Amino acid sequence: MAVRPNENFLITQLDWLANFVRANSLWPMPFATACCGIELMATASSRYDLARFGSEAIRFSPRQCDLMIVAGRVVMKMVPVMQRIWLQMPEPKWCISMGACASSGGVFDTYAVVQGIDRFIPVDVYVPGCPPRPEQLIRAVLDIQEKVKRQGTLLGREFEERKAPERPRPLALELAPSEKIVAPGSVRTATQEWDVN
Amino acid sequence: MDHRSTLSVLRSQLGEQAFVTSEFRDNFRIEVPAERVLDALLALKDQAGFDMLAELTAVDYLHYPNARDRYGVVYCLLNTTTGERVFVKTFVNDPDPCLPSVFPLWKGADWLEREVYDMFGIVFEGHPDLRRILLPEGFRSYPLRKDYPLRGRLERHNFPVIPRAES
Repeated sequence: MAVRPNENFLITQLDWLANFVRANSLWPMPFATACCGIELMATASSRYDLARFGSEAIRFSPRQCDLMIVAGRVVMKMVPVMQRIWLQMPEPKWCISMGACASSGGVFDTYAVVQGIDRFIPVDVYVPGCPPRPEQLIRAVLDIQEKVKRQGTLLGREFEERKAPERPRPLALELAPSEKIVAPGSVRTATQEWDVN
Repeated sequence: MDHRSTLSVLRSQLGEQAFVTSEFRDNFRIEVPAERVLDALLALKDQAGFDMLAELTAVDYLHYPNARDRYGVVYCLLNTTTGERVFVKTFVNDPDPCLPSVFPLWKGADWLEREVYDMFGIVFEGHPDLRRILLPEGFRSYPLRKDYPLRGRLERHNFPVIPRAES
């Protein structure tokens, strides 16, 4: 009697398999600091139902997440916190900058508000809007899924090439000379020192 | 609202010349020089019954028309028995704006004075814990002063950048 192979098997690449499972179960970490957070909650709740795309498991611990959604304006005092949470998330991980404030500072062009989180952490997908509708956030999650499926690798090799900061031109170049200062900064206090005069 | 009893307390404690009063709509204001402000507030609290410090804030009068002093500090007092309110104003100047703390009179002045110190750099002598309350500790400027640029002095861009490969 001939040995028949088991019917329940599939031949594929490991990368494809990893991308398939990663893309379809993104676990978002909500970094919601403002009104965008309300839309984020709406996206996750029953009417818009992010669970249809496998991202319903929102965790408030960065250790259990692989997708950070920065929703809302980020102020000076919050940047070290945001960077720390980003570093605490396990690889592979992705980041969505949700709304005008997180992406560019929005209308808040003042001394305390960071003009776009992409100046300090890497961002994969930007969502415009003030605040964006839940459909837009769902689109962003689908874009992340597409990105993972297209360029993802099992060991995360696609991240290794991105060594340079992926940020816009430093805002210092756009400031008037009278407002410019050249001084070393202090990471601990999130402030830089300068001569008052 | 009738402020006659409050005024008589102030006259007997400070003298006729030590303060100026004015009234706008229903706001009754008492201007006191900085060196007498603690006496005035003490009299208002102990003898006129102003047992609540409702608000303590400051104003920067730089470039303000006809202003003689740089900073105004405003104490909003409330008598919770009669509902009477007065606004005590005093003025301080650079280079060393300084006032006595009213924390011994009203414990609620603790964070209010810290906030005024944080935003205007006015030092309250005798405050038990005069630190910045809203801004980061190493912040070197006082952002509500009118000569501070709206966009700051690049403090908001002074963070390390995390590239993707390193995170």
